Amino acid sequence: MATVTITVNGKPETREVENRTLLVQFLREHLGLTGTHVGCDTSQCGACVVEIDGYSAKSCTMLATQVNGSKVTTIEGLAKGDELHPMQAAFREHHGLQCGFCTPGMVMSAVDLLRVNPKPDERQIREWLEGNICRCTGYHNIVKAIAACAESTAKA
Amino acid sequence: MYNFNYHQAKSVDEAAKLVSGVEEGKVMAGGMTLIPTLKQRLAKPSDVVDLGKIAELKGIKKEGNAIVIGAMTRHFDVANSDIVKSAIPGLASLAGHIGDPAVRNRGTIGGSIANNDPAADYPSGVLALNATIITNKRKIAADDFFKGLFETALEPNELITAVSFPIPEKSAYMKFPNPASRYAIVGVYVAKTGANVRVGVTGAGPVAFRHKEMEAALTKSFTPDAIKDIKQKQDGLNADIHASAEYRAHLVNVMARRAVTACG
Repeated sequence: MATVTITVNGKPETREVENRTLLVQFLREHLGLTGTHVGCDTSQCGACVVEIDGYSAKSCTMLATQVNGSKVTTIEGLAKGDELHPMQAAFREHHGLQCGFCTPGMVMSAVDLLRVNPKPDERQIREWLEGNICRCTGYHNIVKAIAACAESTAKA
Repeated sequence: MYNFNYHQAKSVDEAAKLVSGVEEGKVMAGGMTLIPTLKQRLAKPSDVVDLGKIAELKGIKKEGNAIVIGAMTRHFDVANSDIVKSAIPGLASLAGHIGDPAVRNRGTIGGSIANNDPAADYPSGVLALNATIITNKRKIAADDFFKGLFETALEPNELITAVSFPIPEKSAYMKFPNPASRYAIVGVYVAKTGANVRVGVTGAGPVAFRHKEMEAALTKSFTPDAIKDIKQKQDGLNADIHASAEYRAHLVNVMARRAVTACG
């Protein structure tokens, strides 16, 4: 067992965990933050993507102990109260989701893309989403939403 | 996943001591291979020693005519480093096409090389660029490092600390990725320095190898046409659901020619 303190969405959270506890288990089972999803559980689908110390990562392929002392942002941490994050608003506006299972990871990855590359072209958006799998949309509206968000953020 | 004792090492010396003083120690770099392996119960280490907090293992610098990359430097950092992009753009491109962005944010060069997956990208670049693997004990030439399937010259408590890449005149990496995992079905790295040409091939066989026949032909004439008739033998190549040995043999030539073209 280990005691870890991880700052999640701005709030320090201290818990006793097993050494084998995955970060995604810590978020979902210890903190009840079930917005981060487990899809494939093999670091391919990207439903579990969160931001750790400023970079996107797959929380199903990390140990909670590895992240001890780090800052983590999950999908629950993006909106400001009732005001959606611009990326969340863009996904809603452009219908960038159907069943919604992949959406938290898609949005977290997309936010990281705009951090690294604020004005991506369509190809760069599609390449960035290599690690996020969606079985409903055919990606088209997801790409549209990200492009629209990039454009509106650049203008603002 | 079976449970294990977890240690966060603060220095290379501490990590080497921790991993050798236990029943079955395993060193963890970025964890992009080790954690999936543990989750599938394909490994059952008694202790995992995490290198994630050792600052001395991170970073990229130019030393004389070489680029030295710390073992715990992430693929993202190699791909986006101005030093690497200007000195060895082929290597930056290789790093930028490993896995996906989230994997590149965690995976490291040292972890990739130490694991020596037959389909990993880095081994081809390490061979073609004639890199030197620097460990906590010695320096190992690329040609002596990759021994076999997941097997390297590293001793049990020997850790990679950095990899030194001599700057070539030009170089490029081309891979045919598995569309799901982005691992190389076949990847070929070609590097030219003066009259010397080296060709590293990954994904095709159980371990990355140099293609000496192509190297000789490219030394005479550095053009895609110079190697178009050099057939890779199928014997001993990998065959799985993704590609037959025959297909992989074919891809070695195609990727090599594309890499030569990309060298410009």
